[in-house]
Amino acid sequence: MAGRRVVAGKRQLLTKDEVLHVARLARLELSEGEISLFQKQLSEILAYVGQLQAVDTSGVAETSQVTGLENVSRQDATSESQRLSQKEALMNAPQTQDGYFKVKAVLRVK
Amino acid sequence: MIPASIGEIQRGYREKKWSVTQVTKACLSRVEKLDGRIKAFLTVVSDRALERAEELDRELAKDQKVLDQKPLFGIPYAAKDLFSTKGIRTTTGSKVLENYLPAYDATVIGRLDESGAVLIGKTNQDAWAHGTSGENSDFFPTHNPWDLNCVPGGSSSGSAAAVASRMVPFALGTDTGGSIRCPASFCGVTGLKPTYGRVSRYGVIAMASSLDSVGHISLSVEDAARVLTVTAGRDPHDATTPEREVPSYLKGLDNPIGGLKVGVPKEYLSQGVLPEVRLIVEKALAKLEELGAKAVEVSLPHTSEALAVYYIVQPAEVSSNLARYDGIRFGNGRERFGKEAKRRIMLGTYILSAGYYEAYYRKAMQVRTLICQDFQEVFGGVDVLIGPVMPHGAFRLEEKVEDPLSLYLEDVLTVPVNLAGLPALAVPCGFEEKGLPVGLQIIGPQFSEDLLFRVGHAYQKVTDWHLKLPPMATNS
Repeated sequence: MAGRRVVAGKRQLLTKDEVLHVARLARLELSEGEISLFQKQLSEILAYVGQLQAVDTSGVAETSQVTGLENVSRQDATSESQRLSQKEALMNAPQTQDGYFKVKAVLRVK
Repeated sequence: MIPASIGEIQRGYREKKWSVTQVTKACLSRVEKLDGRIKAFLTVVSDRALERAEELDRELAKDQKVLDQKPLFGIPYAAKDLFSTKGIRTTTGSKVLENYLPAYDATVIGRLDESGAVLIGKTNQDAWAHGTSGENSDFFPTHNPWDLNCVPGGSSSGSAAAVASRMVPFALGTDTGGSIRCPASFCGVTGLKPTYGRVSRYGVIAMASSLDSVGHISLSVEDAARVLTVTAGRDPHDATTPEREVPSYLKGLDNPIGGLKVGVPKEYLSQGVLPEVRLIVEKALAKLEELGAKAVEVSLPHTSEALAVYYIVQPAEVSSNLARYDGIRFGNGRERFGKEAKRRIMLGTYILSAGYYEAYYRKAMQVRTLICQDFQEVFGGVDVLIGPVMPHGAFRLEEKVEDPLSLYLEDVLTVPVNLAGLPALAVPCGFEEKGLPVGLQIIGPQFSEDLLFRVGHAYQKVTDWHLKLPPMATNS
């Protein structure tokens, strides 16, 4: 899929596979209804934003931020006001155990 | 008693006309009376607010000097629900954070607290700040106090509705693509989007990190200036806030605007703007000219591309910022994201994925440069720019929910400002025939908030749009 599709003025509908691929990358589970809805809506939005292809940007630098600031650094230390106690850090977790965040198993035990 | 201006409330403290507790109680009872219909609040913290009010009354009784030391002493306010408030539920309007309790305050919340302001509650918003109408709240939509069948605008929907209905004199909001200016315009109140980096974003639930601006909604430009004096300035916790000094915004407020050059971008009076709105804005411009300002027609050639740039850059940044919501360390699982959040995450993920990054994201970053250059060029010849905030007044609830793209198009006049990181002030300037407010946008170069305030304040001294009350909010 990568690189094959040329983005032209008229954007073709996203395929169901592409929608599922993006959903997997984004860790989102979509219902059947959502897949077809997003297929349609995302294609429309992409067709709209695709108009930028027509803008001449040869030699134009990219802007990723508008502050003009560079390399803002600080001491590699924390202040009292920025520290959370273990209790505070865990207080919103749905599942904890012995002062740890509890997660679903990542590795399958044979 | 309807809370009027910040200055008036504080004069009352000085003259012992009323106490902080009385004013806070008045705001809370107004919320109780009106919010059943408006639905501006997600959480109201009456006990905490009254405790704080009583504490402040004790401070005041000991020494009146505290009124000079704390610029927002005894002023009740509300905060959009994406500002972290320690121990107070913070949802950003989403079911994902339905029961989330921050363990710390956002920097601005801390600053407002130190300045004597009293937080009375957290306001409703489009979930994750994704929206222009307020209808994307995962909980319920807020209603426009001017017409309860209409949207209040978004995403700072609750904040604008709360101020417009005089529940509080000011409320915090954020503006990433127009989310302060739009609801301010739709609700007939004053809204400030400061320069990107002027106010700290520490503790603010992030939407699009190169675009998010922390600002506020108030009943007057003067009050907007008072609040910015407290919230603005370098924060070591937010690396995008420069060292740059915070001027005394109230000092030059009354300076006349004679000779000021006001640019009117010709693209801002087309772009699908309703003829009625165009006329209202032209009348506002005429008022500024009466005050001595000189109108100059200018052009921002890349205005029409700005929306496309925004709907590439913003979803891309959103998809990155919302990746942290994994339901493991905090919040509910990702299946609780609403449709609009999912849509933007999907869009952003696609745009940033291999094979499409060049065509969309990189291209958008280049056109963003062109948009910044458009503004730089016009500010070489004019001092400020004016135009409408929205192409029309508030639309009816549910009118646009089926068509996300049509809602995106509402942002056409607001997003260029965010892309360039400029400050913009929205002030009420009239009403549509059907009775809904229209807002005027005043835009300036980076860090020119003092100039914007001067222009807005001069306008509010000779007009009374900002003093009008929604019929349902008048004292019975």
